[in-house]
Amino acid sequence: MQVLRRATLTSRAVRTLQSARRWLQSPSLTTERHGYLPDSQSPITPELKFFNSVTDHGGKIPTYRVLDGVGMPIDGAEMPEISETFARKIYENMVLLPTLDTLLYNVQRQGKISFYVTSYGEEATIIGSAAALAPDDEVLGQYRESGVLLWRGFGLDNIVAQCLGNEEDTSGKGKQMPVHFGSPQFHFLTISSPLATQIPHAAGVAYAITRSPRRGKNCAAVYFGEGAASEGDFHAGMLFASTIPSPTLFIVRNNGFAISTPAAEQYHGDGIAARGPGYGVWTVRVDGNDVLAVLGAIREARKRCIEEGRGVLVEAMTYRVGHHSTSDDSFAYRSRSEVEDKKRIDNPITRFRLFMESQGWWSKDEEDALRARLKKDVMQAFKRAEGMQKPELQEMFTDVYGGEEPWNIREQREELAGLLKKYGNDWEPWKSELERFKGKGQEWLKK
Amino acid sequence: MTVRDALNAAMEEEMLRDETVFILGEEVARYNGAYKVTKGLLDKFGERRVVDTPITEMGFAGVAVGAALAGLRPICEFMTFNFAMQAIDQIVNSAGKTYYMSGGNVPCPVVFRGPNGAAAGVAAQHSQDYAAWYGQVPGLKVVSPWSAEDCKGLLKYLHMYSNLCFTPQSAIRDPNPVVFLENEMLYGVSFPMSEAALQDDFLLPIGKAKVEREGSDVTIVAHSKMVTHSLEAAELLAKEGIKAEVINLRSIRPLDIDTIKKSVKKTNRLVTVEGGFPAFSVGSEICAQIVESEAFDYLDAPVERVTGADIPTPYAKNLEDLAFPDTPLIVKVAKRALYRTN
Repeated sequence: MQVLRRATLTSRAVRTLQSARRWLQSPSLTTERHGYLPDSQSPITPELKFFNSVTDHGGKIPTYRVLDGVGMPIDGAEMPEISETFARKIYENMVLLPTLDTLLYNVQRQGKISFYVTSYGEEATIIGSAAALAPDDEVLGQYRESGVLLWRGFGLDNIVAQCLGNEEDTSGKGKQMPVHFGSPQFHFLTISSPLATQIPHAAGVAYAITRSPRRGKNCAAVYFGEGAASEGDFHAGMLFASTIPSPTLFIVRNNGFAISTPAAEQYHGDGIAARGPGYGVWTVRVDGNDVLAVLGAIREARKRCIEEGRGVLVEAMTYRVGHHSTSDDSFAYRSRSEVEDKKRIDNPITRFRLFMESQGWWSKDEEDALRARLKKDVMQAFKRAEGMQKPELQEMFTDVYGGEEPWNIREQREELAGLLKKYGNDWEPWKSELERFKGKGQEWLKK
Repeated sequence: MTVRDALNAAMEEEMLRDETVFILGEEVARYNGAYKVTKGLLDKFGERRVVDTPITEMGFAGVAVGAALAGLRPICEFMTFNFAMQAIDQIVNSAGKTYYMSGGNVPCPVVFRGPNGAAAGVAAQHSQDYAAWYGQVPGLKVVSPWSAEDCKGLLKYLHMYSNLCFTPQSAIRDPNPVVFLENEMLYGVSFPMSEAALQDDFLLPIGKAKVEREGSDVTIVAHSKMVTHSLEAAELLAKEGIKAEVINLRSIRPLDIDTIKKSVKKTNRLVTVEGGFPAFSVGSEICAQIVESEAFDYLDAPVERVTGADIPTPYAKNLEDLAFPDTPLIVKVAKRALYRTN
C-alpha cells in the first residue's frame, strides 16, 4: 500500500491503481471494517479476488541492472562500490574462465578427459557473485561454478589435476568425474552429481554455521540452475532455510536452458524469483550478464542473509552460450544464430570491458597482454598435469569408510595384493600399467 | 529397560557428552517423537539441538547431511523408514558416497534412524523392511538392533569418535553415515540390562553379531524382531532335544559372516530368518556368502531362508499374520534342516 501511495501517477498507472484500489482498499481500512483472520495476519476482505503475481503492481518481477549493453551506467543506477584493483581482478577472472574452458573442452574432445562443462556466457554471474562473498563463506556449487574456485585462488593446477584425476587431485583423488571440484581449504564443498541435492545441504551447512563461532560472520552460498529449481530439493532447501533459520544464500543461474529444455517450459510462473516470497525469503532478480549488478545484488543479499540468519534468494538472468556439457550438442534444439546474437549483443565480458575502458582502467594493450598471458598459463598448467601419474594404487581402497577398514574392503585389497605379488613383476600388461601410478605400486610388490 | 528407553538414554548420553550431536525430524521435539523415542530431550537440550521440521523427508535428510558435511553429528529421525524412501537419494548418494568421492576430504557422520519393517494393520505402504536395500550400498553402515542393550550400545557407538570442536574436517573420528533400523513392535518391549549396559560408556561395535543362544544342531540367523521368534523357536526345539544356536546379526553392513561361518561349521545346518521380502534379501546374501566359502563343505542340508511373503503386505489381519514368519514356522524349517519334518 505504501507503494500505491508513493506511486507517481502516470496515466497507465492511474488505470492500474483504480482497478487495484477497488480490491485492495487500504489494509488498515479493511482491517478496521473486518479485522484479521484468527491466528494469522491475513486481513479479511469481502471481495473475491484471485492473484497471480508477487509484485505490488501485479506485473512481472523487475530485473536489477546498472550497466547498459555498452557498459555505461544506466540512469539512477545504484552502483556497487568498486575500486580499480578489484575491478581488474574481476575482469581477469572473467577472461580466465573461458580461456580455461576452451582448453579443457578441447582436451575432452581429444578424448583425454571423459567429460567437461563450460561456463560460457555466465562469467558475470559466477565471478560477480564469487567476488561478493567472503572467501570463507561455504560454497555449494552445482557443477558450473569453477569460476568461484578460480576467484578464491584454488589455482589452475588444482583444476586441471581434478579433471585429469592425477596424483595431485586434491578434490577427490581421481574418484570423481571431471568438474566435480571440492576443497575444504577454499570452503567449497565437493560437487555432487545428483541435481539439486546441494540445496538442502546448504541449509544444513548454514545451520551448522549458526552452531559455531562463525554465526553472524558467514553464510552458505548455494548455486543451481533454473532447471534444478524444479527438483523437490529446491523447495525443501528454501523451506528449511526459512523455517529452521539459517543464513543460506540461494543463487540461481537462470541461463535459459536445462540441457535442452528452455526455461519457458521449466516453469509457468514468473521465473524462480516469484517463489522466494512463498517461503518468506527475501528475493531479488538481477541481470546476470551485468557483473556490477550481480556484485551489488549478492553483496546486499549476503548482508541480509547473515544479519537475519535466514535464506535469501537471488535469481540471476543469464544465457548459457555453450552446450550443456560435452555430452550435448545444443544446436539440435536452438539455432546457431540465436547463440551468435547473444554472444554479440549481450556479452558479459565485453560489457564490463567497455565499462573498465570508460573509467580509464583498461586498454587494448592490456587486453592483448592479458589474453596472451592467460592462454599461456592455462596451457602450461595442462602440459604440467598431463605428464603426471595417477594417485597411489592404495587409494583404490581408501575413503569408502572412515575409521577401521571393514572386512569386505580388506578382502578386496588383499586379493589385489596377492595378484600383484604373483604377476606384478612379470606380466607385461600389469608391469606397464603399474608404471602409471604414483609410487609404481612398489610397496605392493614387496608385500 | 524398554527398547524405547534404551534409545532415549543413548541419545541423551551422547548429547550430554558431545555438543555437536543434535536431533532433527518430524515431531521429535514438542511432540516427543511419533513413537516417543525422543521424549524429554527438548526440555533437556532446547530447540537448537532437538529440531522439529516441516514434513519434507528429502528436506530434513538433506539438511542433516549438510550439517554433517559441515562438522555436526546429526541424528535424523524418520517417522518410519517407509517414508525415508522420499529421501533415499540423500541417504545413498549424498551421505553414502561423499566421503569416497571427495577423496576423504568430507566425512558425513550422520545417523538415520527410525522404525523399520512391518508393524501391524498398516498395510503394504507402511510395512516394509529396508535392511536389504541399504545393506547393498558401499559407504553406508547398516544396523538392525533387537534388544534394549543392542539399541543403547550400537546407537552410542556411532558417536564414539566424535570430537567437541567445530571443524569442517577431522581425521580422528568415524566419519561414516549409519542407517539405524529400529522396530516399532519392539519399542515397548522390556529387556534385562546388564550392569555394564547401564553405564554411560557402554558401547557395542558395528559389524559384530551376537550369539544369543548356543547350540550344536542347527544355526538360526536373525535380526531385529525375528530374533525374538528365533529364540522362542529354539526353546521349543530344545523340548524335542534339538539344540539350536541363535545368532542376532545386529549389523547388516558390515555383515559378520565369520560368526555365522564358525557356527555353521559346528552345526552343519543354517536357517536365516527375517521380516523382509525373500528376493535379494539379507538371508539371500548370507546364503550366498556361505556357499561361496569353506563353510559350504560343512553343510549337511540345504540352507533355507524364512522370510516375509513375496507380495505387497496384506491389510487383512488373517492374511497379514500369514505374511510374516512366526515361531512355529521357524521351528518347522529348523526341523526340516535336520530332516525331522517336511
